[in-house]
Amino acid sequence: MEQIVFYILALIMIVMAIASVSSRKMLRSVVYLLFVLIGIAGIYFLVDYNFLAAVQLTVYAGGIVVLIIFSVLLVHHMEMEMEIAKRSKQVLTGLASLIGLGVFLTAIYSHDFGVVENILTTTTTAEIGMGLLSYGAGGFILPFEVISVLLLASMIGAIVIAKGGKLENEDTEIVGRPETEDQK
Amino acid sequence: MNLSLSITKNIHDWLFNMMPETAASLTEMTLIATVYLAVFAVTGLFLVLLERKVAAWFQLRLGPNRVGPWGLLQTMADALKLVSKELTGTVNADKFLYNLAPYFVIITALMALAVLPFSGEFQAFDINIGIFFLIAISSIGVIGILLAGWSSNNKFALIGAMRSGVQTISYELSVGLSLLTVILITGTLQLSEIVEVQRNGWLIVQGHIPAIFAFMIYMISGTAETNRAPFDLVEAESELGAGFHTEYSGMKFAYFFLAEFINMFIIASIATTIFFGAWLSPFGITESLPWLGVFWFLGKTLVLVFLMMWFRWTFPRLRIDQLLTLEWKYLLPLNLMNLVLMAIIVWLNLTIQF
Repeated sequence: MEQIVFYILALIMIVMAIASVSSRKMLRSVVYLLFVLIGIAGIYFLVDYNFLAAVQLTVYAGGIVVLIIFSVLLVHHMEMEMEIAKRSKQVLTGLASLIGLGVFLTAIYSHDFGVVENILTTTTTAEIGMGLLSYGAGGFILPFEVISVLLLASMIGAIVIAKGGKLENEDTEIVGRPETEDQK
Repeated sequence: MNLSLSITKNIHDWLFNMMPETAASLTEMTLIATVYLAVFAVTGLFLVLLERKVAAWFQLRLGPNRVGPWGLLQTMADALKLVSKELTGTVNADKFLYNLAPYFVIITALMALAVLPFSGEFQAFDINIGIFFLIAISSIGVIGILLAGWSSNNKFALIGAMRSGVQTISYELSVGLSLLTVILITGTLQLSEIVEVQRNGWLIVQGHIPAIFAFMIYMISGTAETNRAPFDLVEAESELGAGFHTEYSGMKFAYFFLAEFINMFIIASIATTIFFGAWLSPFGITESLPWLGVFWFLGKTLVLVFLMMWFRWTFPRLRIDQLLTLEWKYLLPLNLMNLVLMAIIVWLNLTIQF
């Protein structure tokens, strides 16, 4: 049963991944990418790691794909199609992908995976929370804090990019733009 | 005597006796899915009827009263009409995405239903991250609306879709944070355990002041997330025609329409589960009759659905900047303060427990 579901999910993901890079309509490839990401969430559900599956759905499917769709909606027109790359570029990209695939496959097949007999307990949210905030052995408090600093930096960066010029000009400009425009 | 449990258990045993294990579990899944699909298609239709009746009542009209007794079959007849209608589309629309979009919306709405605890036994998928799963699923529905608006190749539809995206992404934050406030009391995300915690008093009583704030914020942002008035800028008919579903007809339009009502039901039932003790009766008055749980659940949910309809027919529509101001300048800071307040209350053990 699990095997069948795994193969179905894997097939969907591979087909959609290929469709995503080969489609010439931008929004369609975003939608194919969405299916790949949902397929990954399905794999997480299959191995009973529900929390990660929900994170995958929220962050990638619900967050990042929506952002990509937004930017496509803003810049792209329906009748536009992406141009086909030159032959030399196609060959080069194909080679690079093959090398990447080779590295992955050799890494996976040379590593000796320990087979764990059916673990029926799923990782709970409480365990994840404890792990993230503990500073003992196996705790992740330092990476957690570093990532939060990184996020803060990127948020400030986004604000500066969006409003930096306007903030400087604010003194000289008498009639500023309506406040509401900036919030979007 | 536990009625619902014995029925499902009998069918379960019968299936597993008759077939090999894989086939039996597949059949069982299909059966459950079919039951949910059928029940909620009908529920959606009757919610539409309820909305029309409530609207009529608020506007001193009679509302639908011709088809069936008191017009009860009106929306059924409408659904049949919609099934038989021609499916139209615009010439240059992206046909693939255009046809895909309604399914995104309706499937995410139906998936969310699977985790709701209608009674102690009537819950299809009791996952250990229940609430988080609901939030995750509801964040995907907006993709359907964005795709519908864009692939229709219609300016008004596109504007509606963009508004919907902005609105849903902003208000999702408030929905999540207000639910998180209450999760602080329960200490678990699993819906069945959240219900068990409420045997000592519903969470809106246990968490008193911050819980009431959280409930108000949740209802406001929940209404916004379902794109209903006063937050229905997405399909503001005086400005945009019908917004993102302008170009849809027949059954595809019906999917969007049905999804809106099912989403409203979901928002109301999450509120019921989190704040009002789901299928638990007040003060445990019917504790000896567990099968009444479904009716308590539906009763509480319908009261909250009525509340949302009340909003709709009372408040005028907001402007898009007012909408965003409300979320980012008022609800979000309030929510964060509320979260801290709730944390302090849980920390000092100030919750009210019976």
